[in-house]
Amino acid sequence: MATKHARVAARFMISPAVLLLLGWMIVPLSMTLYFSFLRYNLLMPGMEEFTGLTNYRFFLTDPAFFAALTNTILLVGGVLLVTVVGGILLALLLDQPFFGQGIVRILVIAPFFVMPTVSALVWKNMFMNPVNGLFAHAAKALGLQPFDFLSAAPLTSIIGIVSWQWLPFATLILLTALQSLDQEQLEAAEMDGAPWIKRFWFIMLPHLARAITVVILIQTIFLLSVFAEILVTTNGGPGTASTNLTYLIYMQSLLQFDVGGGSAGGVVAIILANIVAIFLMRMIGKNLDA
Amino acid sequence: MNTTFRALMGACAFAALATAATSETITVATVNNGDMIRMQGLMEDFYAKHPDIQVEWVTLEENVLRQRVTQDVATKGGQFDVMTIGTYEVPIWGERGWLVSLDDLPAEYDVDDILPAIRGGLTVDGHLYAAPFYGESSMVMYRTDLMEAAGLEMPDAPTWDFIKQAAAAMTDKDNEVYGICLRGKAGWGENMAFLSAMANSYGAKWFDMDWKPQFDSEAWAATLNDYLDLMTNYGPPGASGNGFNENLALFQTGKCGMWIDATVAASFVTNPNDSQVADKVGFALAPDNGLGKRGNWLWAWNLGIPAGTKNEAAAKTFVEWATSKDYTALVASKEGWANVPPGTRTSLYENPEYQKVPFAQMTLESINAADPQNPTVDEVPYVGVQFVAIPEFQGIGTAVGQQFSAALAGQVTAEQALKNAQMLTEREMMKAGYIK
Amino acid sequence: MARSVSTQRKLVTTVFAWAIGIAIFFPILWTILTSFKTEAAAIADPPVWFNFHWTLENYATVQERSNYFRHFMNSVIISGGSTLLGLIIAVPAAWAMAFVPARRTKDVLMWMLSTKMLPPVGVLVPIYLLFRDLGLLDTRIGLVIVLTLINLPIIVWMLYTYFKEIPGEILEAARMDGATLRSEIIHVLTPMAIPGMASTVLLNIILAWNEAFWTLNLTAAKAAPLTAFIASYSSPEGLFYAKLSAASTMAIAPILIMGWFSQKQLVRGLTFGAVK
Repeated sequence: MATKHARVAARFMISPAVLLLLGWMIVPLSMTLYFSFLRYNLLMPGMEEFTGLTNYRFFLTDPAFFAALTNTILLVGGVLLVTVVGGILLALLLDQPFFGQGIVRILVIAPFFVMPTVSALVWKNMFMNPVNGLFAHAAKALGLQPFDFLSAAPLTSIIGIVSWQWLPFATLILLTALQSLDQEQLEAAEMDGAPWIKRFWFIMLPHLARAITVVILIQTIFLLSVFAEILVTTNGGPGTASTNLTYLIYMQSLLQFDVGGGSAGGVVAIILANIVAIFLMRMIGKNLDA
Repeated sequence: MNTTFRALMGACAFAALATAATSETITVATVNNGDMIRMQGLMEDFYAKHPDIQVEWVTLEENVLRQRVTQDVATKGGQFDVMTIGTYEVPIWGERGWLVSLDDLPAEYDVDDILPAIRGGLTVDGHLYAAPFYGESSMVMYRTDLMEAAGLEMPDAPTWDFIKQAAAAMTDKDNEVYGICLRGKAGWGENMAFLSAMANSYGAKWFDMDWKPQFDSEAWAATLNDYLDLMTNYGPPGASGNGFNENLALFQTGKCGMWIDATVAASFVTNPNDSQVADKVGFALAPDNGLGKRGNWLWAWNLGIPAGTKNEAAAKTFVEWATSKDYTALVASKEGWANVPPGTRTSLYENPEYQKVPFAQMTLESINAADPQNPTVDEVPYVGVQFVAIPEFQGIGTAVGQQFSAALAGQVTAEQALKNAQMLTEREMMKAGYIK
Repeated sequence: MARSVSTQRKLVTTVFAWAIGIAIFFPILWTILTSFKTEAAAIADPPVWFNFHWTLENYATVQERSNYFRHFMNSVIISGGSTLLGLIIAVPAAWAMAFVPARRTKDVLMWMLSTKMLPPVGVLVPIYLLFRDLGLLDTRIGLVIVLTLINLPIIVWMLYTYFKEIPGEILEAARMDGATLRSEIIHVLTPMAIPGMASTVLLNIILAWNEAFWTLNLTAAKAAPLTAFIASYSSPEGLFYAKLSAASTMAIAPILIMGWFSQKQLVRGLTFGAVK
């Protein structure tokens, strides 16, 4: 179908996007790579010198590095689990006929529009605060000891906050996919006496597979760099209990102004992100072609 | 009509040019503290005196502000003409030539009026690099009613033992009254500000003369153990996330018996509009252990002008106005003496009107009791009471703060936290080349 | 419509769905409610729900303290501008990928998406230095450029999946009729792609509006959008729940209202080609 002329035109049309992104990737990346081999602290100008792999050695042997790696995986995995499972359940519910569907749908998608900073501030202060927060008030009303979310279970609390923000996104996509499901097929299965769980497992879930991969792909991209929520709520603590890779690099490069160390961390994070990316792309690629 | 339109356009353009020529705009980066917010409401006075200067405000939360201005000044980004910076930054930046020196302030500004302890911290090699907007130390704020009910009397200069005894007596967890509220949130300017100052009174120090970290010392172990003991037994829940603001809210709502924190808090806790306990607050010096140093810090928020700004003259005019005696008088006339920015000028504390303010005397005594040049019992190679004025300190202080915050949250033991702190500080000092 | 459901079951579902909907929305509702309380009422225990003294004081304070309108306009210009610029670059690229697929198209697409995994904190200093040298610090155009670049992969991908849904035969037919490439895009493709483009635009505006890292770090006074406005309320001294709530409400209200009004379009295109 594509003529040679069309191919040339196509290449011409793609190139602005590709070139821009290439520039956006290569320029900062090469600067970061260069800095990562320097001893370079913004607060000590004129002392830059080549230090080889020192920055990498310090970053990789930092006890916080392993914790950050685990936390990143837990955070991404936890949020994905909550939003995908929760999203499927919510989508199934919202797909049923009931009164006020439109309004409920609006209520459900609202968290997606809230700035991460705002949502973190609101959750931290007005809900999770162990003295003045609403959860503490509720616990006291029930005669329980208020639970101190952000210091006793920092990572879980952050997973909760982030999940609240992303649940609407997952729900919307899964709901749309669900609505396109062939009703007759479902009804036929129902006539045949297939129980609900079987209908769900063998008809609905396979139909949703593609939508689920889309949710996983898009969310992973955003979840790998969760930052504002951590900065606002726990500052990565207590200890390193809620420090993810992004936050660790932030501490290096913007708290200590150790540009060299931060850059080394950045390079490590980019490499790790790309490993995840390749893995994801494989999975998605297969699912999207189908 | 067309000509009229054109004429109008021309007039507009001319007017725009005219204002552009006479009016300068300066950008001021500041922290979202009450005193700074108040200043933004009093700008009419400045504009009346200097109609040719426009001020744009960038108001940020403390940590964000610090990161933004440091990044800007270090890269010479030139986005700000006046920066609000702490006593930690001024000596470091001044030494690097990043700040415009303020040696040529006019006589009526009366530089000699600035409190010597504060001024000393802003001077590098005899040059003044920033003007203090307000200064603070730390002190004990306590509830007089609870103290009375406990049958105790707070001395003007309490010891840590007394604080522990009082905290135990005042705590009534069923009614949500916690004997003591202290900072627990990780950060060099948060829990470490308190803990470093407390450690000084225990005879502990950050580094010895060879820049070797000292967290393996007994003095630090005693400091941290006493702190954890106080906080776990008599402190509020969730203390590992509490900074200045969280504790202020707790104290104002009557949930703390004692609170050891910045002296500026005094005007907030005694303000009946915000505080439910405004008429029941007493003040005392920060505690000691009889070793000659008290557990109080010294801090000031200052206005500095980054070198290389295009609007240096206008920026200086603004800094002069904001830190002048006239500004103090202006605030006093509009908001009352209790609300003037404290802790910068001797004349303020000599003012009979200001002496009537209940916390004035204690604030001054606390500030005078701090000595950034000789902060600890033993001799140390660094300057700074609750910080160490080296560029690496922000990162190290925060990382150590995280360890101690984790200890408070019960995730690690005190012993382990100190061990981790010692290890990570050694690492960073080695990386920075202080120790081989 | 083929599904017949008993009224009873419908009622049960209604109660259930509403309960969950309200629970999810509750934090936002609570923030809005709190913004009308006094500071003391904001932390009252037991919490007060509706029977408090309603006040606009917090909004007045926030308005007095910061130039909300300027931040708001900056947010509008930055999110709108970056979306527009993004579309201009992405539409041709997505069109070409969808209709003239080459062997490497999929790889290019995936590579584009992977650029989004670059952790922003790691490259802030290089970008800051570049922006300083190019004079882009604290300018709206600088932010438009950055936000365009970070959201471009998503735009391209969304448009691509959407364009792919358009059957190729229609294009063939148009080509037979002698349509040029340009008129093919304008008269045939665009109308069919409008719903997908609409949701792409909406999603991108939301992402750009809420982006808080670059917008905060590359601006000072002139170009600072609402994310910077929020940063000045994040942990001030004293009781601040009510003022924080008022500021939060002001920051999220515009995008929330826009989102609600356009949710149908948003939903239509959010399928990413997941629906066959």
